[in-house]
Amino acid sequence: MRTTFLAAAAAALLLAGGISGSASAADKLKVGFIYVGPVGDLGWTYQHDQARQAVLKEFGDKVETTYLENVSEGPDAERSIEQLVRAGNKLIFTTSFGYMDPTLKVAKKYPNVHFEHATGFKKDKNMSIYNGRFYEGRYIQGVIAGKMSKAGVLGYIGSFPIPEVIMGINATIIGAQTINPNIKVKIIWANTWFDPGKEADAAKALIDQGADVIMQHTDSPAAMQVASERGKLAFGQDSEMIKFGPKTQLTSIIDNWAPYYIARVKAELDGTWASEDTWGGLKAKTVVMAPYTNMPDDVKKLAEDTEAAIIAGKLFPFKCPVIGQDGKEVECKGDHLDDGQVLGMNFYVKGIDDKVPGK
Amino acid sequence: MELLEAIILSVLAASTPLLIAATGELVTERSGVLNLGVEGMMIVGAACGFGGALYTGSITVGALCGIVAGTLLALIFALMTLGLAVNQVATGLALTILGIGLSGLIGAGFVGERITPAPHLRVPGLTDLPYLGRILFGEDAFVYVSLFLIVGIWWFLYRTRAGLILRACGDNHLSAHALGYPVLRIRLFAVMFGGACAGLAGAYLPLAYTPFFIPGMTAGRGWIALALVVFASWRPARLVVGAYLFGTVTILQLHAQGAGIGVPSQFMSALPYLATVIVLVLISRARTGGSTAPAALGTVFVPDR
Repeated sequence: MRTTFLAAAAAALLLAGGISGSASAADKLKVGFIYVGPVGDLGWTYQHDQARQAVLKEFGDKVETTYLENVSEGPDAERSIEQLVRAGNKLIFTTSFGYMDPTLKVAKKYPNVHFEHATGFKKDKNMSIYNGRFYEGRYIQGVIAGKMSKAGVLGYIGSFPIPEVIMGINATIIGAQTINPNIKVKIIWANTWFDPGKEADAAKALIDQGADVIMQHTDSPAAMQVASERGKLAFGQDSEMIKFGPKTQLTSIIDNWAPYYIARVKAELDGTWASEDTWGGLKAKTVVMAPYTNMPDDVKKLAEDTEAAIIAGKLFPFKCPVIGQDGKEVECKGDHLDDGQVLGMNFYVKGIDDKVPGK
Repeated sequence: MELLEAIILSVLAASTPLLIAATGELVTERSGVLNLGVEGMMIVGAACGFGGALYTGSITVGALCGIVAGTLLALIFALMTLGLAVNQVATGLALTILGIGLSGLIGAGFVGERITPAPHLRVPGLTDLPYLGRILFGEDAFVYVSLFLIVGIWWFLYRTRAGLILRACGDNHLSAHALGYPVLRIRLFAVMFGGACAGLAGAYLPLAYTPFFIPGMTAGRGWIALALVVFASWRPARLVVGAYLFGTVTILQLHAQGAGIGVPSQFMSALPYLATVIVLVLISRARTGGSTAPAALGTVFVPDR
């Protein structure tokens, strides 16, 4: 409801005030961004906006950026994207899964404008897709958690049971199992991406039920804060959250879109932009691990070695055999699951004593 | 047993903002005004409350800032609906949009900051009592304030003349006016009280619940508070039951998931809302004490001069 109102308000403002392309900026490349949340969410949208600022810093007065925040996924998105096109933006980043179809629709309508859609799977001649291999970071977190959990019970706050989140849970538990084969994970679905109060309640529930390392796939630092209050350990999400748990955060998976955004803007400036499908991980620095803190040196070393092995291409979180909950091996063509299998992951691996909701 | 204690503590914390905001809205609606801007007043209260506490280091000052901010926003609403006789539903919705935008603006500088949350009561001896000690004597001040508030409002509405007059304004503003009561002024105070409560409820979130500010952190609690007033059929006692029931279902569903109880989480997330619908049906079917909505709720009153 919140985003709907905001988007409606934003659309109204756009219509009233207009962000018409000013003539003075005729030779500048205009780059537009659509955000699903507020730039101050300290998570997903915050990181995208950091990358936008990096683009500005890199190219100075050669580019001009515009962003629309709190744009709800759905019909409003289409209107907002089109507004950016009409305002003269030649490269437009739409930064949430739900913008996939609206972006595609607008892209078909304006073949001379280039679009970049995050985390989706539909592509077009003038529409690229990009995403991050966050599960690589989750695997490292699993290894650390396996070492650091005294109770052998991890607490995981999920947002929605979609492949992106499920692959994260699986990567974590596979990583943890390399240290402690009997590790347990308790999973609570918040059924929201963002509700600090509910995320805090979920973290409390997990700790009350015996989990001593908390991790999350929701967007606020609430869980980190609760873990810090209760003297437990936790991982950050999307951005650096050490401020909310100086003695709590082990590391955090940081979404670092800046290298990609800079590369794409550069391609656009050079006239070499082409539609691509990019899924960068630790190696491409799309996924960056926050400093390994609050852990003994041997665990830190192990985490660093794991990270190095993934970057070197020697270690794959989903290396075969991957065993499902039913004890059967998942069909595997190479020595690790292919991207399609990871992107569509809808099952838990062996060792997770729970069921995927709705299955 | 320890787990039960932990659950009850979480339930109290989760229910308190709902109870405070709903108490304010109940008084507003009892005077005949429907203010749908609770969410907006709450989020501005959250931003200002956090700012106050951040700059002064005092939770009390923070809470007061929240109250003042909520009241000021309510005054805008009062100016529109009481002064200019604008449609209350539209104004309330607009107030929510305004509040969300305003809170983002006010709170832009607070993002990433953190404060020490409100302290919890400690009575030597009593707080250490097994089982009930922490639940009864170990809460933060907001929890006690919320309970005093709702008891006070019950007493005011049903045991004082002023409360009777306020209810009269909500049930039939023409009669109240004919009897010589200043309907608009009474409603103004009721709207301001509602704003103050919403502001306090919003401030509770960054001051005690999750001690940091993030835009949109009320995450729909204002709308739940509105539903609670209907759920309670505009009665303070039922409001307490409703708020704690809502909190209980929310927390229990999280615990059930963590314990691996095999009910779909989507269903459990929807449970509190489902419970509201069921109770609404039950209330409206019961002949005794059925729907007790203030008869003049949401209607514009323009005194003839």
